[in-house]
Amino acid sequence: MADWLHILVFGYYPYFAATVFLAGSLIRFDREQYTWRSGSSQLLRRRQLVWGSVLFHVGILLLFLGHFVGLLTPKEIYHAFGLSSGVKQVLAIVAGGIFGVVCFVGLTMLLHRRLSDPRIRRTSSPMDIAILAILWLQLVLGLATLPLSWAHREHGEVMVTLSLWAQKIVTFQADAALHVADVSWVYKAHIFLGVTIFLIFPFSRLVHIWSAPVGYLGRRGYQVVRTREGRRAA
Amino acid sequence: MKIRAQIGKVLNLDKCIGCHTCSVTCKNVWTSREGMEYAWFNNVETKPGIGYPREWENQDVWNGGWVRKRNGRIAPKMGGKLRILAKIFANPDMPQIDDYYEPFTFDYEHLHSAPESQTPPTARPRSLISGERMEKIEWGPNWEEILGGEFAKRSKDVNFEALEKDIYGQFENTFMMYLPRLCEHCLNPSCVAACPSGAIYKREEDGIVLIDQDKCRGWRMCVSACPYKKIYYNWRSGKSEKCIFCYPRIEAGQPTVCSETCVGRIRYLGVLLYDADRIEQAAAAEDPQDLYQAQLDIFLDPADPEVVRQALADGVPQAWIDAARMSPVWRMAMDWKVAFPLHPEYRTLPMVWYVPPLSPIQSAAEAGALGHDGLIPDVSQLRIPLRYLANMLTAGDEAPVKLALERMLAMRAYMRARHVDGRRELGALERVGLSEAQIEDMYQTMAIANYEDRFVIPTTHREYAEEAFDLRGECGFSFGDGCSGGTGKVDLFSHEVRVGPSAGGRSDKAGAVR
Repeated sequence: MADWLHILVFGYYPYFAATVFLAGSLIRFDREQYTWRSGSSQLLRRRQLVWGSVLFHVGILLLFLGHFVGLLTPKEIYHAFGLSSGVKQVLAIVAGGIFGVVCFVGLTMLLHRRLSDPRIRRTSSPMDIAILAILWLQLVLGLATLPLSWAHREHGEVMVTLSLWAQKIVTFQADAALHVADVSWVYKAHIFLGVTIFLIFPFSRLVHIWSAPVGYLGRRGYQVVRTREGRRAA
Repeated sequence: MKIRAQIGKVLNLDKCIGCHTCSVTCKNVWTSREGMEYAWFNNVETKPGIGYPREWENQDVWNGGWVRKRNGRIAPKMGGKLRILAKIFANPDMPQIDDYYEPFTFDYEHLHSAPESQTPPTARPRSLISGERMEKIEWGPNWEEILGGEFAKRSKDVNFEALEKDIYGQFENTFMMYLPRLCEHCLNPSCVAACPSGAIYKREEDGIVLIDQDKCRGWRMCVSACPYKKIYYNWRSGKSEKCIFCYPRIEAGQPTVCSETCVGRIRYLGVLLYDADRIEQAAAAEDPQDLYQAQLDIFLDPADPEVVRQALADGVPQAWIDAARMSPVWRMAMDWKVAFPLHPEYRTLPMVWYVPPLSPIQSAAEAGALGHDGLIPDVSQLRIPLRYLANMLTAGDEAPVKLALERMLAMRAYMRARHVDGRRELGALERVGLSEAQIEDMYQTMAIANYEDRFVIPTTHREYAEEAFDLRGECGFSFGDGCSGGTGKVDLFSHEVRVGPSAGGRSDKAGAVR
């Protein structure tokens, strides 16, 4: 890969994507909140959704959490807890493998349902189909990295490199792109597509992630009463 | 004590003729758009029957409403907040559209474009969702109209509980009644409780329950939580929608569209004052049969000066208190006790109440075929079993329903004696515990049912709360997205499916080719 292209993709593109991700989400939330929803199709067809959706969501949430913690925790921290890079690599492979397969089964069911069920197909927007296909491809790429990572499980050097890249990106260090210059194309494709998902996020139904209703657990009582001024009544 | 006001409603089933004018006018105004074809904010069912959506009253299937826990508190039947959130990826308690019905249209275009043939061309049905041909329509709204379908299927109606239902399948014993249904605008709405986004709310000033279309995220928990199945998921917009009690009309002092257009004059709208602090206590009554009385107990008498003082202090406008004094809903529910909540056992404290229907008895009684208990026919001999009505309206307690029916019969006996025989028949009144003045008022309200007696709606004083000048140049009622259409030429958020007569013509190419 040409140097300039490499710097563009792994050095600048993440910032472009993050800007669109944040600004786009904010603008859509502000201007088009009526379009801000999970876009459930359960009403139209329950079949394949119950298993598909649960497996997909559980899998992808845990994968996301794993990536978040795994990539952004500096190695000094887990070393201080006595966790060597090699052990962490094996942990990541096992956990990622298990949840990757769970997510793969669910996502494949959802994609199959979306494409083959006439009700769902006809009521899908192009982006509904595209986002499922992109997530599926991203998951396959992610699973494809497992054997490569297994090969250097001793010291987990690729994992350390990748997390260094992620940490430098989020801490605005200019040499981030250098760290992923020599990793396999599978990792590179996975990173590129991952960043791209952030880019298209505000234009897809993924925006519902922002609205995960955790605040519901903290709601006092069950009822909601609004006064005319739009306040919650005492 | 915290006094709030609500516009309540009563439907006099004794006068419902099942014409569906309410449903049709409501549909034309509010739900004739893509994504909501299947939704009827107001529908009329023939009972006994399993209704729309299928078996909506069977909470063993749908888990709607509330349950009283062992510690005496109530929780949604779907489960507490954690259990509700656990259902968010796929909701096991949610009906599929086929439980309502798959909306369809007909290939009308084919009638214009069909080639010459031996038999007349027909317009065949086509799904409004997938656009595909539907060979046979298996279910629809009001599929059981006038006892349509086999008794074996209709008798899954849970209101048959504790009845030997098989005899009602016989032709001689069969019975029917109409049940128009809409959102109950409950005092203790379970849809509000189950909404993880907090998008559903009850309006403090008039009790109308609404879904904030901007805040709804389509988690679909309300659809299950509502035991009346009166929240509909719009499959196009991805938001839930429900009866809005025609709030723009109510605010202007006009009746809802379904009430305005009711040809049988069965619908009544009026203000009720209630104690908001006692809602939870009332909804948690231990015995389900006490829930009806518990709800009556939190309604407050607008003639009581203490209530008026507190209501004014709590911000209820004087005009609303005045309207509450003239409320037909108050009189029917509290004074004459002829109106009842629909399925109080769901513990939502519904605010659309029903006057139970009389059924054929008098002519048969007069012919000597049935028992005649002095002046008033024996209501236990009514064609519609008392227990059936009680299961629907008082969680199975027959006594209040019996008294209501007797009062309606007493009114007839009294007025007949006065108009036909020219005498004051006081015996009947004494037996049912009503005064002459009450009966006269009841007759005026329920039998004559003039427009101004049926609808006593104070205008909402918007001008006190809102600066109208700030609203200038706004877009008025839109799809929740202000002046924005929410869609552009490059539409990433939705996808147009238009299955109309034109699409139908296109699919039947053979017919169009000359």
